[in-house]
Amino acid sequence: MRRSGAEVHLTVNGKQVRAATGGRPLEPDRPLLLLIHGAGQDHTVWALVARALAHGGFSVLAPDLPGHGPSAGPAPTSVEAYAEWSADLIEATGYGAAHIGGHSMGSLAALELAATRPELVTSLVLLGTAATMPVHPELQAAADDGEHLAIQLITLWGFASHTHLGRHPTPGLTLRDAAVKLMRRIDPDVIASDLRASSSYAKALDAAALVKCPSLMVLGDHDLMTPTQNATALSAALEASTVVLPQTGHMMMLERPHEVIDTMVDFLRAT
Amino acid sequence: MDPSTPRFDTIALHAGHQPDSDFGARAVPIYQTTSYLFPDVEHAAGLFNLERQGHIYTRISNPTVAVLEERVAALEGGAGAVCTASGQAALHLAVATILSAGDHIVCSQSVYGGTRNLFTQTLPRFGIDATFVPPRDHDGMRAAVNERTKLFVGETLGNPGLEVLDVPAVAAIAHEAAVPLLIDNTFATPYLFRPIDHGADLVLHSLTKFIGGHGVALGGIVVDGGTFDWEATDKFPTLTEPYPSYHGLRFAEDFGTQAFVTRARVEGLRDFGAAMAPATAFYLLQGVETLSLRMDRHVANALAVIEYLDAHEAVSWIAHPAVASHPDHALAARLLPRGAGAILSFGIKGGRDAGRLFIEQLGVFSHLANVGDAKSLVIHPASTTHATMSADELEAAGIGEDLVRLSVGLEDIDDLLSDLAKALRASQRG
Repeated sequence: MRRSGAEVHLTVNGKQVRAATGGRPLEPDRPLLLLIHGAGQDHTVWALVARALAHGGFSVLAPDLPGHGPSAGPAPTSVEAYAEWSADLIEATGYGAAHIGGHSMGSLAALELAATRPELVTSLVLLGTAATMPVHPELQAAADDGEHLAIQLITLWGFASHTHLGRHPTPGLTLRDAAVKLMRRIDPDVIASDLRASSSYAKALDAAALVKCPSLMVLGDHDLMTPTQNATALSAALEASTVVLPQTGHMMMLERPHEVIDTMVDFLRAT
Repeated sequence: MDPSTPRFDTIALHAGHQPDSDFGARAVPIYQTTSYLFPDVEHAAGLFNLERQGHIYTRISNPTVAVLEERVAALEGGAGAVCTASGQAALHLAVATILSAGDHIVCSQSVYGGTRNLFTQTLPRFGIDATFVPPRDHDGMRAAVNERTKLFVGETLGNPGLEVLDVPAVAAIAHEAAVPLLIDNTFATPYLFRPIDHGADLVLHSLTKFIGGHGVALGGIVVDGGTFDWEATDKFPTLTEPYPSYHGLRFAEDFGTQAFVTRARVEGLRDFGAAMAPATAFYLLQGVETLSLRMDRHVANALAVIEYLDAHEAVSWIAHPAVASHPDHALAARLLPRGAGAILSFGIKGGRDAGRLFIEQLGVFSHLANVGDAKSLVIHPASTTHATMSADELEAAGIGEDLVRLSVGLEDIDDLLSDLAKALRASQRG
């Protein structure tokens, strides 16, 4: 691992990984918090969360998953493969274990990692999560065809409907247009393959039964991608602390960064 | 599957605002305050370190101004925006956010005089220079690029020739050089043209013009398209290198598609201080709400004026893309199908003297140095702004003695045409 300023240049399995650290270098005496983004996204969805936690006592590592952003591909094509890669990433950092935060597809990878490599996982924070993540057939078809419609649908369903007109928590920024621009930076084939990885993962409840570490689930009551009712069984299987944020959709770190930060800080500091 | 999210007019009326939770005020309130309470020390520290977002001080952000920023950003299809005290401040902010001493700009030759002044007179004092290239000379633009080039600048509709910039083509040239394209979209507004959809990376407006529409408030805005990859080269260290002022923050790394707009605010407004006042944002929001209605009327009136002038014997030429002989007529039809705006130039027979007589006889058109007002405006540069220049000097500046510029407003078209008829008649009696 090489550091220049706060940026980390990591190599995992011989391939370069781009990872942000929330504006602070990783420090060995601060616990590692690995943040795994969702399908078709990159590390910038964690921008405020990463900065707040990095300045709140954690060594934060928010990578672009392989094939996303500047991280070398190919992108893994299953949740299990993303979990294996995450394990390799933790080992590459030299930290023995990490708190894991995962959003959407990233939450499934985090769950699978905690089930299969429990020694690497101190605690789990699953955001925008559910035991299954079926993908609407029209969305999958559009993504498979590389159509812009896929990005439009992810944006349409990804944010609570009242946020489509704003008001962004950060003065002057847009949610919807910025989300579109982020996904346009991602290879359309990777978006399609990520969606398929999410929808084809059927082991969440089995994995949850194997998890022994403390876990937190952060859900949005207006989430159309992973509705709260689809998270009930997972919450029970994990015996997870579960927080439902009001008036919040699937992209909760962008829609309600402060509430997400506060919820995570409370949980992680108590763990 | 209809993936539609709110459309233009709904965005123009609602984006960036949710009714006041305390009192239910439906209109955007004027938050006439300089500063904001911190709930606790930790929250304050988080705000100052860009871990949490909110308002600290109105020079950097304000809730009323933020509504205007988010609304115009949404209308332009951008990732975010920063309002400024004027359009010129927006231009300066855009340049200063990514350029430093030693850097170079490739700029369309047909730009606002204020842009030309900044680039030729003022920025060179700070080590930044520009090469001007005619807007249709794409080979010339490519040739103007050097290793110091960091930015391309152009206007959707040039001044005063109303050249239509081929934004997709110019964006491609800029991107070949690995630099962003900044478009001044003031004359078109996002209703007639959205530069980001056509490859531009940054958009600026003088909000003073059509977006405000009423001529009562000065303001500017820079919109970040969120499209440009600042990290693809080492040309943009202000966004890719650690910034000591925020403990080594790298804007592109942490804020991705919103890197430019974030630095523009937290450095540019903080340090240069050309902030928009909350009341100004309120005035300008009133204009945004009716933008499409007004632009349709502006365009319709302009087309009627063009048709009238085209048939008038005292008029020797008309510069507007709607005229079939305009070199960009076909390009305008492709890029600006709703119309190429309401500003036009024409040549009056009889030169400088006829121009003076014409101006003096107009009653409905207001003689002043502005464009984009709800009221129709006129200026004859040879007898006013450029009166001290000789005929040869005017010609060299691309402004003939006979050039009259109109900004066609929203008045009843019959009154506008009567006014023009009377003044044109008077101009030929000299």
